[in-house]
Parts: sequence; C-alpha cells; structure tokens
Amino acid sequence: MSENVASSIGAPRPGLPGLVDDWSTDKQTYHVPWGKAMMWIFLVSDTFIFSCFLIGYMTVRMTTTEPWPLPSEVFALSFFGSDPIPLILIAIMTFILITSSGTMALAVNYGYRKDKKMAAILMLVTAAFGASFVGMQVFEWSKLIEEGVRPWGNPWGAPQFGSVFFMVTGFHGLHVTAGVIYLCIVARKVLRGDYDKKGYEIVEITGLYWHFVDLVWVFIFAFFYLW
Amino acid sequence: MAYVPLADQDHDQEHHDPHTFITKYVWSQDHKVIAIQYAGTAIFVGLVALGLSAMMRLQLGFPDTFSLIDPSSYYQAVTMHGMIMVVYLLTALFMGGFGNYLIPLMCGARDMVFPYLNMLSFWFYLLSVLILLSSFFVTGGPTGAGWTLYPPQTITPGTPGHETGILLMLISLAVFIVAFTMGGLNYITTVLQYRTRGLTMMRLPLTVWGIFTATALALFAFPALLVSAIMMTFDLLLGTSFFMPAIMAAGEQLDYNGGSPILFQHLFWFFGHPEVYIVALPAFGLVSDVLSTHARKNIFGYRMMVWAIIAIGGLSFVVWAHHMYVSGMNPYFGFFFATTTLIIAVPTALKVYNWVLTLWEGDIRLNTPMLFAIGFVFTFIHGGLTGLFLGNVVIDLPLSDTYFVVAHFHMVMGVSPVLVVFAAIYHWYPKMTGKMMNETLGKMHFWCTFLGTYAIYLPMHYLGFLGVPRRYYAMGSTDFIPESAQALNANITLAALFVAVTQILFFINVFWSLKNGKPSGGNPWGATTLEWQTPDTPPKHGNWGHDLPVVHRWAYDYSVPGYPQDFIPQNVAGDFGVSDDHDHDDAPAKHA
Repeated sequence: MSENVASSIGAPRPGLPGLVDDWSTDKQTYHVPWGKAMMWIFLVSDTFIFSCFLIGYMTVRMTTTEPWPLPSEVFALSFFGSDPIPLILIAIMTFILITSSGTMALAVNYGYRKDKKMAAILMLVTAAFGASFVGMQVFEWSKLIEEGVRPWGNPWGAPQFGSVFFMVTGFHGLHVTAGVIYLCIVARKVLRGDYDKKGYEIVEITGLYWHFVDLVWVFIFAFFYLW
Repeated sequence: MAYVPLADQDHDQEHHDPHTFITKYVWSQDHKVIAIQYAGTAIFVGLVALGLSAMMRLQLGFPDTFSLIDPSSYYQAVTMHGMIMVVYLLTALFMGGFGNYLIPLMCGARDMVFPYLNMLSFWFYLLSVLILLSSFFVTGGPTGAGWTLYPPQTITPGTPGHETGILLMLISLAVFIVAFTMGGLNYITTVLQYRTRGLTMMRLPLTVWGIFTATALALFAFPALLVSAIMMTFDLLLGTSFFMPAIMAAGEQLDYNGGSPILFQHLFWFFGHPEVYIVALPAFGLVSDVLSTHARKNIFGYRMMVWAIIAIGGLSFVVWAHHMYVSGMNPYFGFFFATTTLIIAVPTALKVYNWVLTLWEGDIRLNTPMLFAIGFVFTFIHGGLTGLFLGNVVIDLPLSDTYFVVAHFHMVMGVSPVLVVFAAIYHWYPKMTGKMMNETLGKMHFWCTFLGTYAIYLPMHYLGFLGVPRRYYAMGSTDFIPESAQALNANITLAALFVAVTQILFFINVFWSLKNGKPSGGNPWGATTLEWQTPDTPPKHGNWGHDLPVVHRWAYDYSVPGYPQDFIPQNVAGDFGVSDDHDHDDAPAKHA
C-alpha cells in the first residue's frame, strides 16, 4: 500500500519545486511531535505580543512631552552605604535568568537519556532560579512603588515611564511565573514516570518555553533598562 | 528514540468514545460537535448584530420617526454591529465552525491534535460572547465608540458606554483572543502534522489552505489587538497615558498627558487589516471547493491558487496604514501603503480569474450552494474594484468618511463572506446531518439575499459620491446633499429590512430539513475530497472507522476522461492517465 502512495506522489524534483515538495510532504511537515510544533507556533505568536509591547513603549517614549527618567539612576542600589551601583539588581536578575537557561538545557539532555531523577532535579533548579527572579522583581516593584512610581506618574519625568515599567515587566513576570508552575508540574510527572511510554520530548517543549521567556527578557533589558 | 508519525502508527488502540449526553454534546471534545457549538453561537450573535443593523437602517431611512433610537443607542448599535459581525460572527464561524468541522475530515485525521484544548477554545469563546452581550445590561449600555474604538473619544465622558461598556468590550476581546489562540494552534498543528498518508500539502483542498493561512494570520495579528486592549484598559482603569494625550473633556482638563492616539490606530489596524483576510481567505477556500464540485471541473490553476492565498496573507501585514490616510501621515508612507495595497489586487484578481475559468465550459449544476458561490464571485468583484479606488490616497481622502466606504467594505467583507457561509452550509449540510436541504426554499433564499444586497449597497456607492457622511445619526439639512438622497436612504432601509426578514427562509430550511430533508447518502454532490468518503454520514467519533484513508491524488479529479464516473475520490488508487497536481509543471520523473 505504501509503495502505491509513494508512486502517486512522484519522485523528488530538483530546484524550487523540490523544496516545495519537501515542505509539503504527506503525513507531517516537521519531524517532531505535535506538542513541540504547537509550542513553536505559540512562541512565534507570543513574540508578536512582546514586539507590540516594545514597539508601543518606544512610540510613547518618543511622543511623551516630558523627559524620560534615566534608568541607570532609577535602577541603582547601594549596599551597606556604598555609592549606588547602577542596574546592579537588574544585572543579577539577568544573570540568574540566563543561568536558568543553562540548567534547563541540562535537564533536556538528561530527559532524553531517560535519567528521570537528574532531569527532574535540574528542572526544579531551573524553577527555583525562575522563582528567585520573580522574587527580585517583587523587590524591585516594591522599592519603586515606595519611591513614588505609579502607573500614572513618577517623581522624575514622563508618566509613561511607570506605565511601561509595570506593564512590560509585569507581563514578562507573569510569563516567568507561569513557566515556574509549568516546570514544577512537568518535573513531578517526569519523576512519576508518566512519560516512559510517550518519550521525554515534553522536557524539551517546556525548555523551549523557558528559553523563550529568557530571550524576551534580554530584549526588555536592552530596550528598557539600557536605553 | 525514533519518533513515529501518527499516520504510521498502529490504530488498534481503543478510541474512547464519549458515552454520556454531557460528554457527547456539552463538554464535547469531538471536533464536529465543537464546530456546531461554535457555529451556533456565532450565528446567534450574528442575529443580534443583524437586529442592530435593522435599528440603524430604521433611523437612517426614517429619521425623527422612532423615539426609541436616540443618538447614543444609534452609536452603540453601530459599534456593536461592527465588532460582532467582524470578530464574533465571521472569524468565529469560519475558523471555529468550518475550520473545526472540515480540517480534520479533509486532512484524513481522527480529530484535532489537542481535542481538550479545542473544547476549551469553544468555552472561552462562549465566555467572550457572554461578556460582550452583558454590556447591553450595564449602566450606560455598551460602548458607542465605533467598532474601531479609537481613543481618545472611546474613554472620554460623553461617549456612550464609557462607564462600563468599553471595559466589557476590551475584556471580551482579550478573552476571545485567548480562545482563538487555543483553537488556532490546534488548526495549524493539525494541518501541518496530522495529514493522512499520501496527502501532501499540495494535495490539500483549497478550503484547508484558506483556513490554515487565515489562522496563521490571526495568530500573528491578534497579538496587536490584545496589546492595544491591555494598554487601553490601563488607560481606562489605572490612569496611564499610552493612548491619551493631554485633553479637555466637558470643559475640564483630564488627567492624561503625552500619549499617542495614533499608536492605537497603528496597533489596531496592524490587527485590523489582516483581520479582513482572516475572514476572506477561508471564504476563498470554501468557495473554490464549492465552485469546482458543482462545475464538475478541477479548480483552474490549483498551485497558483495556493500561492495567491499565501501571497495575500503575507501582503496583508504591510498594508495596514491605508486605513489611516485621513489620520495624517508622511506622504512617502502614504505612497508606500498605497503601492502595497494595490499589489494585493494582483493575487486577488488571479483568484477571481481562476474561479471564472473554473466555471468556463464546466458542467455547471445550478443548485443552491453553486448559486451562492457564483453570487460571491459577483459581490467580491464589485467590492474588490471599489477597494482599488480607496487604496489610492488621493481618492481615499474625499471618499473616506462617506457611504462609499460603507458600501465598499460591506460588499467585500460583509456580503461576500456571508454568501460563502451560506454556500458552505448548503454544501456541507448533508455531511453534517445526512439530510439534503430543500432546494426551492434555498433558491428563494438566494435570490432574495443576492438581489437584496445589491438593492442595499449599490445606491450607497452613489450616496458616497454625493458626499453623504457615514456614522451620522441624522443628516440634517446641508447644501451639498440633495433632498432625493433621503428618498434613496428610505429605499435602502426597505431593502435591508426585506433581506433581513428573508433570512427566516434559511432558518426554516435548516430546521425543516433536519427532520424532513431527503436522505443524502454519503456523497450527494459526487465530490472528491476526503470528508465525503467517510464510512458514516454524519461521521462518527473518530471519523474513519478502523483505518485512516490513504490519499492517492489531488482534490480536484473531476470529469476525468476515460473514468466511468465524473469524479475520482482522493482515496481511490490507480493511475487513469489523469492529470495530477504535478503534471502542469515539467516533472519528467513523475510517471517513471
């Protein structure tokens, strides 16, 4: 039966038509499980959401009539009476998040080796990094709120500074929080052996989401904090 | 571990058929039931929106007659009519309704890839509809800001519904987007990853191509609407100034400063223009299949039809600012967007030519679905041609705020897709129910609807040329609009009411045929595509019985010379010396 099908599809053709044939082969376009294909498509869609947020932020930064507060001064912290170090907390948060991408990648590797224990532990470590990131974000929010930053205004200049800060970091923080929960659920199921039959792609799918959240943070860091 | 595609896996495992009434018809995960739930809900809100349009027409045709309709309720009707028709009816009906029903069947799949997510998608959609409808019952009523929801007037006091209606609208849109994302991911993944053996993408019926591409557009366009809805909600509730400039309202300075109303327009239309094609592309696909089946001819230029769908989809993301010519923009931008807009006419015209050439010398059966499909070609050409007028900056500026625009977009994305909806329902109803619909009623319904829409929208073009402004509650008396315009308006209203009432014929037909229709059998139209080859009609849970179908040919083998029937279903094996999808390129290795 399958030979029959193959002959009706025809032999591979050279050049552009061959490329089209490859992409449109029968059964499936990508040799990956459904969940992974769907996660990729979701992430592309989510990219559009964050792009719209960032483009919207840049536009209001240009249109607002008051000067934009200096991020390096706003996001400075002093330790034990030292001079304020600009962006130190943000630097630590960024470092933590990027490190968590590393542990996630290790978890994926152990997952494919069917080392359930190590995969789950590394996922939980990743989740812990994520949770500490959110914790530091809470600290940053409460510090700024104490200093008088509100969605509708702040002591230093353009009111949109606060609006954008709370909206963009909040939306990203929600993504991280969701990721932490997602990681914990999958780690538990990995430990229980739920995926012995289906295979451990799920760890990689979770990883895709997590790396995406990290990547988005890099852009927020560059466009909001460094600019 | 090697990953085995589903089509190659064993299918001996049990299918967990739903047993109770609740799991079968309410919390159903079956794509066919979800499709009907989606379609039913969409048509229900569509009827609400139809009622609102009747209210608008009564006011416009006979001003000062109905004390019930005051300016506020008129604007609320305009807003809700537009938003419901575009998003909650057409988008939901094409994707959630036809997409859900036809994608798995046409792909030879048992269901969507994630049935549970698919079920959630419907319930979120229903929730968004309920939130939207609840705005009719809150203080101040639904928002009256116009369906485009332009700030600042959306938020400022004086706009009807600025108290709660606008908030409910924004929340409802956000919930709708969540619902759509869950469904859309399913549709795309199903088309990409769950096709049966032998079914290459280039053998898919155009219906699947249209819905697939439109879903991709929606997944990339709705984020802009979501973001603008979130930002506007913050402007509304938290007093941020994303979209709100410093502004006076009712003699008072509002607490806003430095926002950009134009930013909202950009975000909205970055969603809004692809949205036009989100509605149009599924219609293109469905109508291609209906035309080809009832003309007993293969669709003309299948590959070019596919590329045209993709090209239109891609181009639709770079034309959005043609909705904003009157907002004021750099002339070079206007030039750019006018150019891209007119380029879209090329693949679109290609599709129209191919539809006409499909009919050329066909063995045309003028039954109800075919009439609606041909009617679509007419209305779409008319709406498309006026689009060329409006795509040019210099012609758009004087016409933009007149009834010409109303006529244009109602022709091209109101009437045209709705005619396809009817064509598709008359066409696939036998598969969904196992009964034929009544032809006489169907034809009456067609002629009333088709001629009626021309009676409504052709005069509107003329009103537009006269300069009659759109979105006005009452025209009053002006120098440049002759008295006779009002007579025309009254006639349009009569035609509109007539068309609205005749839709009853359709509903009578749907419900009457459910019981009394002739049994249709599995393939009443002699169609080639997989959904007509199911072992049961209507298809049972799991669609295909024990074995998935295997596809041996493209979707359009009609009237093949030398074959006893005038159609060869996609799952029939054998080489009958027939044209296959590759034959019109130079493929020497093909039959080797």
